[in-house]
Amino acid sequence: MSGFLARHSVWSLVILVALIVGLWLIFAVWPPELEAVIGRKRLFLNALFNGITLGGLYFLVASGFTLIFGLMRNVNLAHGSLYLFGGYIGYGIVYLTGSWLLALIVVFLIVAVFGILLQVLIFRWMEGQELRQTLVTIGISIVLADIALWAWGGDFYQIEAPEWLTGPVELPFVTALRSNGEPVYLTYPMVRLAILALAIIVGILMWLALNRTRIGMLIRAGVDDRDMLSATGVRVQLIFILVFAFGAGMAGFAGVVGGTFQSIQPGEDIKILLASLVVVIVGGMGSIPGAAIGAVIIGLAEQFGSVYIPTYAIVLTFVIMVLVLALRPQGLLRGN
Amino acid sequence: MFRHLLATAALAALTATGAQAQDNKLKIGVLATLEGALTTLGEDAVRGLQVAVKQAGGKIAGKEVELIIVPTNASPDSALRGVRKLVEQDKVPIVIGPVSGSEGIALRDYSKTQPGVTFLNGSSGALETTFVTPSENFFRFNMNGAQWLAGLGEYLYKDKGYKKIVTLAEDYSFPYTQIMGLATEYCRLGGQITERLWVPLGTKDFASIIAKLPDDVDAIYLGLGGGDAVNFFNQYAQAGGKAKLVGGSIMVDQTVLSSKGAAKRLAIGVPSAGPQADTWDDPKWQAWVKAYQDAFPADKRFPIPSLTGTAYYNAFNALNQAMTKINGDLSDGHKKLRETLAALELDAPNGKIKLDKNRQAIGTNFVYEIVEAPNGDLVSKMVKLVPNVSQNLGFDDATFQRIGLPSRTSPECKKSY
Repeated sequence: MSGFLARHSVWSLVILVALIVGLWLIFAVWPPELEAVIGRKRLFLNALFNGITLGGLYFLVASGFTLIFGLMRNVNLAHGSLYLFGGYIGYGIVYLTGSWLLALIVVFLIVAVFGILLQVLIFRWMEGQELRQTLVTIGISIVLADIALWAWGGDFYQIEAPEWLTGPVELPFVTALRSNGEPVYLTYPMVRLAILALAIIVGILMWLALNRTRIGMLIRAGVDDRDMLSATGVRVQLIFILVFAFGAGMAGFAGVVGGTFQSIQPGEDIKILLASLVVVIVGGMGSIPGAAIGAVIIGLAEQFGSVYIPTYAIVLTFVIMVLVLALRPQGLLRGN
Repeated sequence: MFRHLLATAALAALTATGAQAQDNKLKIGVLATLEGALTTLGEDAVRGLQVAVKQAGGKIAGKEVELIIVPTNASPDSALRGVRKLVEQDKVPIVIGPVSGSEGIALRDYSKTQPGVTFLNGSSGALETTFVTPSENFFRFNMNGAQWLAGLGEYLYKDKGYKKIVTLAEDYSFPYTQIMGLATEYCRLGGQITERLWVPLGTKDFASIIAKLPDDVDAIYLGLGGGDAVNFFNQYAQAGGKAKLVGGSIMVDQTVLSSKGAAKRLAIGVPSAGPQADTWDDPKWQAWVKAYQDAFPADKRFPIPSLTGTAYYNAFNALNQAMTKINGDLSDGHKKLRETLAALELDAPNGKIKLDKNRQAIGTNFVYEIVEAPNGDLVSKMVKLVPNVSQNLGFDDATFQRIGLPSRTSPECKKSY
C-alpha cells in the first residue's frame, strides 16, 4: 500500500479525491444547483445501486466462466445456455415446491452434473485444441437453445421471489429533504439487495476456497502451469471436472437469480454470454477479482448510461471493452 | 429423325409434368420473429397463419400451399437476410411478413427491387412502411401503430381524467408510430406529455429507468413489448411502483398477459388500444377465437389469439380471397392479383378492412381495459370501438404531411397541428 503511494503519488491523489467526491455524492443532501445540473439525487443513487446489483448478477455468471477459462483455456461459449437452463429448471422447482432457496441449491447441483457430463463426454477428448473446443461449444449452445425453445417455448418465465424478498425497503440514504426538514430516504427493491448480498457471499467463499484450501491451491497451480502440476502427480482431470462442475453450477445458479429479478426467455443465453465475455475481457481472463471488478464496472456503465446518456447507453459497455483492449489487453487485473 | 422426334416428345412430356408439379404448388414465404425479445409475437403469428391454412384446406385456388418459414429477430437486417433467402433461393412468388416495425420498412425497400414478387405485411406497424415512398407490390392489411391507438387519447383524457402523462417506450419505429397516434389525439384535447423516455429494444434491467419516472404525472404510458414488457412489470412491482399505467398495443396483449409468473398482474385495469379486444362478442370474432383454440392444445397457444396471430390470419385470408377470384393466375406478373388485392374488402374477424391508395389498411380499432377472466386468464375487455380508422388519423392530407414522420421527439404535443 505504502509502496503504491510512493510510486504513484499523483494517481493516489486522484483516487483519494474521487473517493471523497463519491462519498459526498452518496451521503450529502444535494444542493439545488447540483440537482439542476445532473438531476435528482434519487436518480443517481438508484443508478449506483442498480449498477452494483446488476454487477452482482454478472459476477455470478462470469466467475464460473473465467475460472473454467483460467484453468482449462476453454472458452466455453455454451455458458449462456447453462444459465438459461438453470433459469427454466429453477422456475419449474419454484412452481412445484414454492421454495426459492431450494431451487437455488437444486439447480446448482443439476447444472453442475450437466457440466460434468459436458467435460467428461466432450471436452476432455479435445484438450488443448482451443479452436475445436470453441467451435464445439458454439455448436452445443445452438443445439441447447433449440431444445429449450422446443421444451419451454418462446414464453417469458419470471421466477417468483419468496414473500420476504418482494417489495421495496427503505435504506438509510437521504435522497432529499422535505420542506419541513424531514429527510426522505431511498426506497429500494429488497430482491436486488439480496442478490447483491448473495454475490458478495459467493465471492468471499470462492476467494477463501481458492486461497485457503488445498484444492484451491491445486487450482491456482493449474492456472499457472497445468503441465507442471500434472507432472507432480496430481490428477489434473479430476480437478478439471470439479472446476467445470462448479463453473456450470454457478451459471445455473445465476440463471435462477436472473430469472427472479429479470426474466428467462429465448435469446437470454446469448445476451448473458455476451455480458460475461465483456466482463472477463475487462477484468482479465481467468481472474476472480478481475471478474468482480469487471462485473461492477459493466453493471455501473449500463445503469448510468441508461439514465444519463440513454441514446448511447448501448455502446458504452463496448467502448469500455475497446479501451481496455487497447490500453491493457490482458485485462485490468491480470499480469502479463 | 424419328428418334429426334421421340426425344423432343419425351422432353416435352418431362417439362409438362414439371410444370404441372410447379402449377399445383404455391410456395409462400413467411417471416416471423422467432428469436429475440419478440419471440412470442412471432410464434403466435405462425399459429394464426396455420389456422388460416387449415381452414383453407391447405389449398389456395386449387394449389397446394407450401409455407416456408424463416425466423428473424426484429432487426431490419435479420428480416432482409430472411427475405433474400425466401425470394432468391427458394424462389417464392409471395411473401407474408414481417412482425416488427423496422423490419417492415426494410421489406418495403426490398420489395421494390423484386417486382415479380407480391408482399403482404404480417403485423408490422411503422408508419413509414406505407406512407413514405410506398411500394407497388407491398400490401398491408393491418393498421399501423398510430391507428392502433385511435380512441385511446380521448379515453385517457375524458373518461380517465389523466391530464398529464409521461411515456416510456422502446427506441424504434413502431413505438414512435404508436406515440404519434396517442399524442395527436391526446394533446389536441389538452393533455400533456411531460417527458418521453426511450430504452433499447431488448432491455433487461429497467430499475434505473423506473427511478427516473416522475411522480407528478397522472399516468405512465408504456410502449414496450414481449420480454421487455414482462421485465418492466416485474421490476416495477419490486420497486413498489404505484403509478397508474397505460399500455401500448403490444404491452398488454396476450403475448405478455400469458407470460409465466406474477408480474403480469400489474396489467389488471390498465387501459390500452389495438386492433382487437379479446372478449368482443361479435360472432365472427368468437368464431376465430374458437378456431384458434381448437387448432392447438391449450399449453401450445395463448388463451386468445394475439394481435400478431390475427394479423397473419387476415393476411393469408386476403391472399386466399384474391387468388380465388383470379383462379390463381399469376402468369401476368401478378398484375391481376395486385389489382384484386387493392380492391379487396376483407371481412376479418376484427372488423372490415379495406385498403387506401397506398395499399394501407383502413379498419376498426378497439379501446380496452385488462380484466381478469373467471378462469384466471387476463384478457382485454372492450370499452369503445372506433370504426374506419385511416392512416391519416382523421387529418387532411396536407396537415398530416406537415406533422411529419414520428421520431423520438416528433410529433410535438400541442393543441392544434
